[in-house]
Amino acid sequence: MSATDTTTAPIEEVIPDKQDKFSLTDYIGPAVVFMVFIGIWYLFSTVVLPEQKRFLLPTPHKVISEGFFVWRSGERRGLQPILMSLWDSAKIALMGLSITIVVGMSLAVLMSSSRWLERATWPYLVAVQSAPVLALTPLIRALIDGTQTQRLLVVVLIAMFPIVSNTLFGLLSADKSQHELFTLQGASKWTRLVKLQFPAALPNIFVGLRISAGLAVIGAVVGDFYFRQGGVVGIGAQIDVYRNRLWGAELITAIILASSLGLVVFLFFGWVSRRAIGKWHITTRGH
Amino acid sequence: MSEVPASSSALLSFNNVSMTFDEGTKALDNVSLSINAGEFVTVVGPSGCGKSTLLRIASNLEANTGGTCTIDRNSIGYVFQDATLMPWRTVARNVELIAELHKLDKTERHKLAAEAIELVGLNGFEDKYPRQLSGGMRMRASLARSLVMKPKVFLFDEPFGALDEITRERLNDELLRLFQLEGFAGLFITHSITEAVYMSTKVLVMSARPGKIIAEFDVPFAYPRTHDLRYEPEFGELCGKISHALRGAHE
Repeated sequence: MSATDTTTAPIEEVIPDKQDKFSLTDYIGPAVVFMVFIGIWYLFSTVVLPEQKRFLLPTPHKVISEGFFVWRSGERRGLQPILMSLWDSAKIALMGLSITIVVGMSLAVLMSSSRWLERATWPYLVAVQSAPVLALTPLIRALIDGTQTQRLLVVVLIAMFPIVSNTLFGLLSADKSQHELFTLQGASKWTRLVKLQFPAALPNIFVGLRISAGLAVIGAVVGDFYFRQGGVVGIGAQIDVYRNRLWGAELITAIILASSLGLVVFLFFGWVSRRAIGKWHITTRGH
Repeated sequence: MSEVPASSSALLSFNNVSMTFDEGTKALDNVSLSINAGEFVTVVGPSGCGKSTLLRIASNLEANTGGTCTIDRNSIGYVFQDATLMPWRTVARNVELIAELHKLDKTERHKLAAEAIELVGLNGFEDKYPRQLSGGMRMRASLARSLVMKPKVFLFDEPFGALDEITRERLNDELLRLFQLEGFAGLFITHSITEAVYMSTKVLVMSARPGKIIAEFDVPFAYPRTHDLRYEPEFGELCGKISHALRGAHE
C-alpha cells in the first residue's frame, strides 16, 4: 500500500457475529432434568416415605388434580386463593426490589467515589447480609407500623447485598487507561460516572439484579410468615396455613407457584440484560 | 542535546526533567528534549527505563519532581498501549468520545468522527462494536479517536506493541501518512528499533533506570517512506548503531 493512499480499506479480518439460532439440543437438557425430577418425586411419595407420612408429599398427579385443578374450595383451598396471595406477595417483592435497586445502587455509587466510605460501610453490609433477618422480626414489629412496610423492610434487607456489591465491583472495574483517557480530557467526576463507570458496571449490575430479584421473592415469601393481617394474605402466610393443616397438595402447589415467581423474575432480568448489553458484552465458557 | 532554551517553535519541550516516585524509585534523570511541528521523535530503551513516564509527564498524568515540561496541554493526542475503546460503544461512538468530552455539539461531533474514520480507513465499520474488530482495527479506531480534535502534539505509548508484524508495519505506514497529512509533533515510544527508525525524524536512546538520554540519532531518510526502505543498507546501518547504543543502555 502506498503511503499517500487515503482510501485504503483495512484487510484485517472482522470477527463475525455469532447467530443465536433456536436449537433443540438447548431444550433437551432441561427436559431430561425435569423428567428425572418428577421420577424422584414419584419415588419419594410412593416408595421412600413411610405410608403414614405420604400425605406430606402427594404424588405429582394428585397435586395437579387437587392443587391446580380446584379453583376454590372453602375460604383457603384451591388455585384461586393461592394465586391471589401469590399476586399479593409479588407486589411486595417488586416494590421491595425497586427500593433495593434505588437505595443499593446509590449506596454503591457513593462507596465507589470514596474509599473511606467504602471501608466504613462494607462490614455493616456484610453483617446485614449474614444476619438472620427473621430473628429480628419482633424488633421490626416494635419499630415499624404497618404490615406492608414491615414486609417491604424484610425484602430490602434480604435483597440488598448483591445489588450493592455487584454494582460497586462493576463501578470499580473500568481499566486504568480508560480512566486516564477521561483524565486527559479533564472529565468531571459525574461525566466519568455516567460515560465510563456506569456502562462498564452494567454486566455486573445485571448479575446483581438477577440474584437480588430471586432474593426479593424469598424475602417476600418468608416475610409473609411473620407479618400478616386479615383479608388477602401473602403466599408465605398461605403456605404456613397449609403446612399447619397438613394440606399437602395445596402446600406443594403454593410452593411450586412461589418458586415459579422467582424463576419468572430471574428470566425477566436475564432477558433485559441480553437486550441491554448482549450486543457488546462477551461471556466466555472456555470452549 | 541541551539546546536550552528550546526554540520558539517547539511544541513540546523537556528541560532537565527528573522524576522520583513517592516510594523513592528514580524514573527519570535530567531529561531534556524538544520537538517541533513536523518532527517525529522516538524514544527506545530497556523495559522499565521510564520511557512511558516521559509521556505521562508530558500529558500531566504524572507531575515531574524536577525540571520543567512545556506543552500546550489543550492540544494533546494520546495513544495508549491498548486501544482503550469503550466496549459498549460502536466504532463511530468511540471515535466521537473525545469530542463529546469536550462538549462539542452532535452534528459537529458526527462530522469530525466521520472524517477521522475515513482517515484511518475504517469506513463501513462505523456500527461495529470493538469486540467485532481485530486488534489492528481497534488500534485504527483508537487513532481516529485521537485525531478528531486535531491535536498539535501526539504522544504514542507503544501503540503497536501487541500487534503482529504485518499489521504493525501496515499501521506504521498509516501513521506516517497521517503524520505527513496533519503535520503534528510526535513523541513515540517503542521497543522496536526498526519501527523507531522507519517512523522518525530522530531516535533517542534511553538508559536503564533512572532513565537518561544517552544517545541521539537523526534519521536522514525523506518522507514519504515506503516499505522497501527497511531493506536499504543505510537503514540497516542506522539500526545497527542504535542497537549498539541500546546494548550500552542495559549496563
